[in-house]
Amino acid sequence: MTLATLLSAQVSPATGSFHYASLLVLLPLLGAAVLLLGGRRTNTWGHLLGVAAVLGSFVVAASLFFAMVSRPSESRSIVETLYSGISVGGFSIPIAFRIDPLTICFLLLITGVGSLIHIYSVGYMEHDPNRRRFFGYLNLFIAAMLVLVLADNYALLYVGWEGVGLASYLLIGFYQERPSAATAAKKAFIVNRVGDLGLFIAIMVMFVTFGTVSFDGVFAGVSHTSSTTLNAIGLLLLLGACGKSAQVPLQSWLLDAMEGPTPVSALIHAATMVTAGVYLVARSGAIFSAASIALTAVAIVGTVTLIFGAVIGSAMDDIKKALAGSTMSQIGYMILGVGLGTKGYALGISHLLSHGFFKAGLFLGAGAVMHAMSDRLDMRRFGGLRKFMPITSTTFLLAYLAIIGIPPFSGFFTKDPIIDAAYNSGGYGWIYGVVGQVTAGLTAFYMTRIVAMTFFGPKRWEEDAHPHEAPKSMTIPQIILAVGSVGLGGLLMVGNRLPHFLAPIVGEAEAPNYLSVNTFVTLGLVLIGAGYGWYVYARNEVPLLAPAGGPLTVAARKSLYGDALNEAVFMRPGQYLTRLLVFTDNRIVDGAVNGTAALVGGLSTRARKWQNGFARSYALSMLGGAVVIAAALILVRR
Amino acid sequence: MSNSHLLTILLAVPFIGSVVVMLLPRHRPLLAKQVALIFALVTFALTVAVALKFDNGAAGFQFTEKYSWISYFGVSYSLGVDGIALVLIALAAILVPVVMISGWHDADDARGSVNGYFALILVLETMMIGVFAATDVFLFYVFFEAMLVPMYFLIGRYGGPQRSYAAVKFLLYSLLGGLLMLVALISLYVVSIKQLGTGTFDFTTLTTQLHLDAGTQKLLFLGFFTAFAVKAPMWPVHTWLPDAAAEATPASAVLLVGVLDKVGTFGMLRYCLPLFPQASHYFTPAILVLSIIGIGYGALLAIGQADIKRLIAYTSISHFGFIVLGIFAMTSQGQAGATLYMVNHGFSTGALFIIAGFMISRRGSRLVSDFGGVQKVAPVLAGTFLLAGLSSLALPGLSSFVSEFLVLVGTFSRYKAAGVAATLGIVLAAIYILYLYQRTMTGPVREGIERWKDLNVREILAVAPLLVLVVALGIFPQTALRTIDPAIVQTMQSIGVSDPPPVVNLGSGSSNGGTNP
Repeated sequence: MTLATLLSAQVSPATGSFHYASLLVLLPLLGAAVLLLGGRRTNTWGHLLGVAAVLGSFVVAASLFFAMVSRPSESRSIVETLYSGISVGGFSIPIAFRIDPLTICFLLLITGVGSLIHIYSVGYMEHDPNRRRFFGYLNLFIAAMLVLVLADNYALLYVGWEGVGLASYLLIGFYQERPSAATAAKKAFIVNRVGDLGLFIAIMVMFVTFGTVSFDGVFAGVSHTSSTTLNAIGLLLLLGACGKSAQVPLQSWLLDAMEGPTPVSALIHAATMVTAGVYLVARSGAIFSAASIALTAVAIVGTVTLIFGAVIGSAMDDIKKALAGSTMSQIGYMILGVGLGTKGYALGISHLLSHGFFKAGLFLGAGAVMHAMSDRLDMRRFGGLRKFMPITSTTFLLAYLAIIGIPPFSGFFTKDPIIDAAYNSGGYGWIYGVVGQVTAGLTAFYMTRIVAMTFFGPKRWEEDAHPHEAPKSMTIPQIILAVGSVGLGGLLMVGNRLPHFLAPIVGEAEAPNYLSVNTFVTLGLVLIGAGYGWYVYARNEVPLLAPAGGPLTVAARKSLYGDALNEAVFMRPGQYLTRLLVFTDNRIVDGAVNGTAALVGGLSTRARKWQNGFARSYALSMLGGAVVIAAALILVRR
Repeated sequence: MSNSHLLTILLAVPFIGSVVVMLLPRHRPLLAKQVALIFALVTFALTVAVALKFDNGAAGFQFTEKYSWISYFGVSYSLGVDGIALVLIALAAILVPVVMISGWHDADDARGSVNGYFALILVLETMMIGVFAATDVFLFYVFFEAMLVPMYFLIGRYGGPQRSYAAVKFLLYSLLGGLLMLVALISLYVVSIKQLGTGTFDFTTLTTQLHLDAGTQKLLFLGFFTAFAVKAPMWPVHTWLPDAAAEATPASAVLLVGVLDKVGTFGMLRYCLPLFPQASHYFTPAILVLSIIGIGYGALLAIGQADIKRLIAYTSISHFGFIVLGIFAMTSQGQAGATLYMVNHGFSTGALFIIAGFMISRRGSRLVSDFGGVQKVAPVLAGTFLLAGLSSLALPGLSSFVSEFLVLVGTFSRYKAAGVAATLGIVLAAIYILYLYQRTMTGPVREGIERWKDLNVREILAVAPLLVLVVALGIFPQTALRTIDPAIVQTMQSIGVSDPPPVVNLGSGSSNGGTNP
């Protein structure tokens, strides 16, 4: 039985608490509307409304989760049609939400981690005069992200897809008086639009091929469609995923996106939005499972990006950029996971969920550190913060153990199965496995580097630094996320819980084997990487200025020349073309017109004679025209 | 008041308004403005009445009225609206009061009188409604040409420093295009005499009873199409638009780009396709190519502009490319999308011109480089500008997305390469809007901007309706599409095309959905 036929199984109409699904979106949307339209009046309580809205969504999501698990596993896909969005000719797009096991995972992640980061932001943004606007944008993001995962068709998914892009744009550019932030925001949106192009064209191909863009309609048609078409759709979807999830070759925007306030980096550019590409591939599993070329491309993109991001992460001295490189790399693992097909869809999603917790935790920790260090980001000027920030350093360390994959922390349970599944995927799958394992070692290295430079060793602070532990509104979310970093992976994967829960949607993944040789090799590499990182950055002195470094280090610091490539291939030729066209439009296209006009009627002199009765001559020519028309009509009557 | 005269009343109200405004004393400009606004609002209310009485389920023209006008030539005064005409009349009726409010002080220091300015806008409104409501081709032509007169004076009398040049250029371009249409119109009349015995300009008679041979169709098509392509305007006959839009007052620019230019694309859909179906098919490939060039060309030129109003004008040239593409895609999605695009573009570009006008009047400069950091001093202004811009770049959730989406899907379903090429335009749109926003609104506050006041109540009242519509139509597009769809079905029938079926057809129980190459 193929995945496609499996998926065309029963969909139930909404009953009971599922009728309230639209509240998930409406609450944060309403929050955003009040905060953004309300103006200064809402300054005093705006942030509280923002928190309440997303907490409300979380309560709805949790109640939906319990309602869902009480149903038998074959009737957990519920569709609620709200109204007819577009209906033209044979093309109709209902505004319909779909709640199934895959969606509910995201609902809980988005509203759960989202609530924590909202609460954290109350403290983090306390002294910002535009805090209300910040919460408005955050609520807008939550609403759009929920639309993305709730959509029952690709067109509505696209609405959420670009909606989160807008929220991301607004939040990256939040400090918009800084030109670097404004540039980064614009870049993120434009690079994302290049990816969106792929999704957009994929939607058009789906409409032409299947006459519909609803998930069920498309998946039902898969078995009747040529593999060429399916591969084309798959590759186009992959382009979309690359843009949103910062995968090579559309990765360049993510490092710049760190210009946004740190809670944004945690929520949007680590835990939720950037993982949307993984969701897209897993959601479209029915297509990818029947499109082997596209599926292979997904795995290759993931593999390339996971090492690419790790190399960049190893070279950055800016704590947020180092973490951003890490995010790219970890999403690379997820993309590799879903690129393995039915074996890996659930594994990619599991890693996505556990990553959502520990990476959000790392970023929130970084935000607390920034507060302590007068908003500085250079890890070479940190050091020894462990004693001054006990809660932050402890939660950070727990997340650290999770990301590098030390058992029994989260990352171990969710990253290891992906490497294992890659080895077992046959063909050249072992290459993915080797790269995954080596990168696991590299991950341990760069994460140890971050931890050592920030929390251990001697103080290398600048004079104005006055470290202090963050207020409770910031530490409590960090603690909750740390609990997730410790336990979530095991909770999801022991007994194959999550893969089994997701099986009706993405197919049954094999139960991972945590006692394989591969696991021990990976662990060995992790220990070597961590040990080397500790040796270089904790046992030795960290220079205040980055040493010259070898060619790889230099390249990695320049994010492996991604920007240089974009500038050389797209930006500069584009600028030249634009300048050339502006010139020719003025001189040649318009010049020809003006020249002709000047020859015929002396346009310019005529124009100057405007005061001297041009109106009269116009009236005269009108009259003349009328006479000509009448004459012509009389003539043709004959 | 019977239904049968509603359209005539709709035409008459703004015209009477213009006469009244002209008769008011010149030394009381405020009174003239208020009276003009009242007439514009009454026209809007009447339009709402028409829309409410309009039967979305019925095909053909509604509210029809017909009187012989010049019986010797078979010219009649006949009016009627289908869904396409109705939404465009609504567009005009919404934009006129909006631009009056936004341009309240436009004419205060102008060469011409305040009374004249507002009277001209009302005359223009009559022409705009007439051109969409005419069901006699000659009557359409009269409105089509007469529309130039008030616009010519609005630009030439109340515009910027280069107003005379821009106004004359606008006029000459339009007159030349109109001349070609006149020739084609008269030829059509000749054919009608030959075939029907009596000459007629009646649209329905001409489309249903006339049989033109292929050669004649091509020639007449070109006559009509050229006039419409100049008006729209399409590449390469676009160069009058940036000058005209830049020199016109913001209010005139909104009406010019928002409504007048749509007469071109409306003409293609209403007249070119049903009157000359074979020729339309024949010229489709060439027109698609011109549209796609226009999309890319307009967008790249917009990116390179230094003048805000010229920049917005060039974005419109790109948008008109999308509209024409949708019309000639010959699919119901493409044409319904194109019609909705005409309306949405009027709202979003209208809002952009209006807000740009607020900025220009504060700063006294149209140059992008004279702005910067506006967001900091005038957040409401920046916010409205961003929302209008996002609509212009067709952000999902805003109205323009629906129309652009339908145009692209409709195009792709028949012409794959054209659909894909046009889709590249969505990246360029993001660049020209966000680059403009970045240069004007973000960064450190520029000199000359520090003391700016944010939008006042009048200014908010002017842009708010447009932005509300942009959002509302983005979330509930079917409210407009429901009205447009039956007219598109009729147009498709009259040109004898139907939508291409999907490759895999799982509908109606047949399970043999094999793959077609």
